[in-house]
Amino acid sequence: MKLSLSRRYSFPASHRLFRAEWSDAENMRVFGKCANSHGHGHNYAVEVSVTGKVDRETGMIANLTDLDGFVRRNVIDAFDHANLNEEIAEFRQIVPTTENLCRVIFKRLEKFPHAKLERIRIEETGKNSFEFSSDGET
Amino acid sequence: MLRVTRKLEFAAAHFYHNPNLSAEENRRIFGKCNNPKGHGHNYVLEVTVAGEPDPKTGMILDLNELKAILDREVTARMDHKHLNYDVPELSGKIPTCEEIATVIWNLLEPKIRQGRLEHIRLYESPELFVDCARNGQ
Repeated sequence: MKLSLSRRYSFPASHRLFRAEWSDAENMRVFGKCANSHGHGHNYAVEVSVTGKVDRETGMIANLTDLDGFVRRNVIDAFDHANLNEEIAEFRQIVPTTENLCRVIFKRLEKFPHAKLERIRIEETGKNSFEFSSDGET
Repeated sequence: MLRVTRKLEFAAAHFYHNPNLSAEENRRIFGKCNNPKGHGHNYVLEVTVAGEPDPKTGMILDLNELKAILDREVTARMDHKHLNYDVPELSGKIPTCEEIATVIWNLLEPKIRQGRLEHIRLYESPELFVDCARNGQ
């Protein structure tokens, strides 16, 4: 039996899906209304899942105070109320789709020292969700 | 292979305290969960059973039977109980979501005979949950 612990966080942020080297028409064709030149935003909900041994003394895979602090310092402080295209360094090169957001957040959290990061799942809206797992490619 | 998932809720009290640690360490590690007067949650449990539907019934297992197992093994043991005092399977353990889910898995796994227990997810709140999956799944 394999055990994992998941914690849910949320932050609102804005983004625009487009490639600077493409024409407006090309961006509109590929990204549709997500290419709107002034951007738009979402309330992102991020589920962080970690695995590891349950500590005998605490009954915990990871102390939530440690996990919350690590997620706050490495993700929430930067992403909360931010423009993903302009304020998050990783998105200077890549389009801030939620697929890429999963990868970027995974990368930022994979050094969590107290348990193994297993999965990042992000709900962009109530209808769309995306997942990135440690067993996938990086 | 198909999977069927049934969901249930139970309300229970708990607090976290390890008698082998000092009062100060308990407060540092467990924070407000260390309050000895306890607090509680509405736990939500999702139980997933996998298997092939019986050609006679079209069912992986009889959901009434699954409900009876869940009532007996989980609801009767944990609903409106204090997890530190009322559940012998948790005795000597800190009743974290990890430990409660492990106890529930061990209670249910041998009882489910049609299909097999594949996964459980226990929510302590919408923001915190634990998954138990059969090895290799």
